[in-house]
Amino acid sequence: MQELDIAGLGSVRVTRKNDNVVVIEKDLATEQMVLAMGPQHPSTHGVLKLECLTDGEVVTEAEPYLGYLHRCFEKCCENVDYPAIVPYTDRMDYLSGMNSELAYALTVEKLLDIEIPRRVEFIRVIVAELNRIASHLVAIGTYGIDLGAFTPFLFCFRDREIILGLLEWASGARMLYNYIWIGGLAYDVPSDFLKRVREFVAYFRPKAVELSNLLTENEIFVKRTRGIGIMPADVAINYGWSGPMLRGSGVKWDLRRNDPYSVYPELDFNVPVPDGKVSDVGDCLSRHLVRAWEMDESLKIIEQCIDKMPTAEGFNPRSAIPKRIRPKAGEVYARAENPRGELGFYILSDGKSTKPLRCKARSSCFVNLSAMKDLSKGQLIPDLVAIIGSIDIVLGEVDR
Amino acid sequence: MGNSLNAWSEALAGFYFFGLPLGLVIIAAIPLVFIALYSLTYGVYGERKISAFMQDRLGPMEVGKWGILQTIADILKLLQKEDIVPASADKFLFVIGPGVLFVGSFLAFAVLPFSSAFIGANLNVGLFFAIGIVAIEVVGILAAGWGSNNKWSLYGAVRSVAQIVSYEIPAAIALLCGAMMAGTLDMQQITILQSGSWGFAHFFLFQSPIAWLPFLIYFIASLAEVNRAPFDIPEAESELVAGYFTEYTGMKFAVIFLAEYGSMFMVSAIITIVFLGGWNSPLPNLGSVALNDWTNGPVWGAFWIISKGFFFIFVQMWLRWTLPRLRVDQLMYLCWKVLTPFAFVSFVLTAIWEVYVP
Repeated sequence: MQELDIAGLGSVRVTRKNDNVVVIEKDLATEQMVLAMGPQHPSTHGVLKLECLTDGEVVTEAEPYLGYLHRCFEKCCENVDYPAIVPYTDRMDYLSGMNSELAYALTVEKLLDIEIPRRVEFIRVIVAELNRIASHLVAIGTYGIDLGAFTPFLFCFRDREIILGLLEWASGARMLYNYIWIGGLAYDVPSDFLKRVREFVAYFRPKAVELSNLLTENEIFVKRTRGIGIMPADVAINYGWSGPMLRGSGVKWDLRRNDPYSVYPELDFNVPVPDGKVSDVGDCLSRHLVRAWEMDESLKIIEQCIDKMPTAEGFNPRSAIPKRIRPKAGEVYARAENPRGELGFYILSDGKSTKPLRCKARSSCFVNLSAMKDLSKGQLIPDLVAIIGSIDIVLGEVDR
Repeated sequence: MGNSLNAWSEALAGFYFFGLPLGLVIIAAIPLVFIALYSLTYGVYGERKISAFMQDRLGPMEVGKWGILQTIADILKLLQKEDIVPASADKFLFVIGPGVLFVGSFLAFAVLPFSSAFIGANLNVGLFFAIGIVAIEVVGILAAGWGSNNKWSLYGAVRSVAQIVSYEIPAAIALLCGAMMAGTLDMQQITILQSGSWGFAHFFLFQSPIAWLPFLIYFIASLAEVNRAPFDIPEAESELVAGYFTEYTGMKFAVIFLAEYGSMFMVSAIITIVFLGGWNSPLPNLGSVALNDWTNGPVWGAFWIISKGFFFIFVQMWLRWTLPRLRVDQLMYLCWKVLTPFAFVSFVLTAIWEVYVP
């Protein structure tokens, strides 16, 4: 028996049987194909490029390439005043601008050490939670599209449209609000706003059930997501995951509970984590379910906020806003629970300027995406799509 | 006018090409082309309106009343588009791909009896021909996918071929159950055997207690054969961009589209003919109210088979806009481990029923 290696095609065994018949056995190591998924691809949720090494339908390795949407957020911040950074934070995670603004406002307020009127706090929480629902609706809807179900996406967008209408009514913009200012709000909410929000909560509860019947409890949907892309809790913590991704792995970690800010300590809500009954803990389905459950919790928070909120009598949303923001020298880090995880801002002030010396954003999407290489090893291409969808990235925040 | 049309068709009938009666073929083909075109035009329009209805939208509303001319506007738009052949594509395969695809889906129209008075080619092995000729589509898909020289197209083509070839087996066995009940492969004969004064009660679906099983199997397999959701993995837009027709533009794209909607109608017509009486009226005679007699005839026949076909197209769309997509391996599992064994079971049970129950 001879063993040859011809042109790197793997070993070729040539054997002679007793009647001198030559038998050639090839151990074919087929060539792997490099497949560029993105930056223009329907299911990379923006301009993400995944360079995949594929062996047939199996992805042996996927390397994410970032930076197509890099807009120098941190450098811009060093060149504008503190209040002028707020619109930039909107443009980071453009699906949940209110939450980004809230995180930034909290950071600067911590640096300035100022007291905020109570009504402002409640309005902030209401708009942030409304925005969280809108953001999760996009996440769930686009996840349906990734798996081939188009209708839930439009159902989600129909309901999201109502939220955007409400937020537009309050702030004047649909997505890039510039509503939560340092020390206050741009405006008080319109007079009927809270009534309409209550109507929306009542409208949305049955719609969420409908969505769950259509998508989450669909047999094919469960088959496509259950047990796919499992991330164990310890690895998830090591990667620095946060938000629904980390809770999907079974870790009960929510900054609104574990490092409370604003009026969250007064509010009663659950931190849902999968128990392993309807999904395998840490898989794509768990992450999807956590988002669906969180929408319910957000509705609860909104209702409580409306009940507990002080009246608008003699209320000026800009009363606590400092005339000139020039913090004393020092550094500060504050974080808030974004729909996609922990969004933190680190600000360094030199004490002389009205501009930050350094402003760094800790983006949840970027950190969550860093596990992509680990998660994608040995998956099928359709599963890779399911995994990217479950990470729920917004490239605006990944690249900043 | 009538006379000149007659003279025109007679002249065409007398047209021989190298001893072949080409004119006769053309005369039979013209109405079939129109049926295929109408199934495309109103298939696409219906698809948009049905999806809009399911998704709380209006759908096309601008072109004509209720957007009824939208598809025609789209076709005109596609005609104007630049016909791009990628520089590194295999030009020959790239160009013939859509043609072969269309021929594959359209040839089966020849043996579909659209009424008791009209069938393109009354073959005595019509059903066999219809099953077999669809396989030509695979060649077109492979040519389109390979010729595009695009990795996504290649994935789409390979998936598509694996899927269509696999699903032909349960589909063919399920249709054989119908053929067994009829005792013939002649499509016109199969339809005639299902006519009677009791209307729907004579349809093969209601003639044996097992018939629902091959009916269901064929319906599911036909979804996979025409690449419809939840089996649309060859053109899975969120995974493979557009599958084997990613690189196609303009009229070539339109031809692929035409083939797709043509085969949707084709499989719907076949399931109607084999299990639901083809051009027979489903209405029964109720004493002196002879609904069945009143609603049967060559023109009524065309009405019934086309409405039944459109009903199944509606169900296909309904499923498409409701269900997510299966994965490749799950698709193959469903074919080989679920549908094929059940197809064999229904085959044996139908045989027993036909032999032992009069």
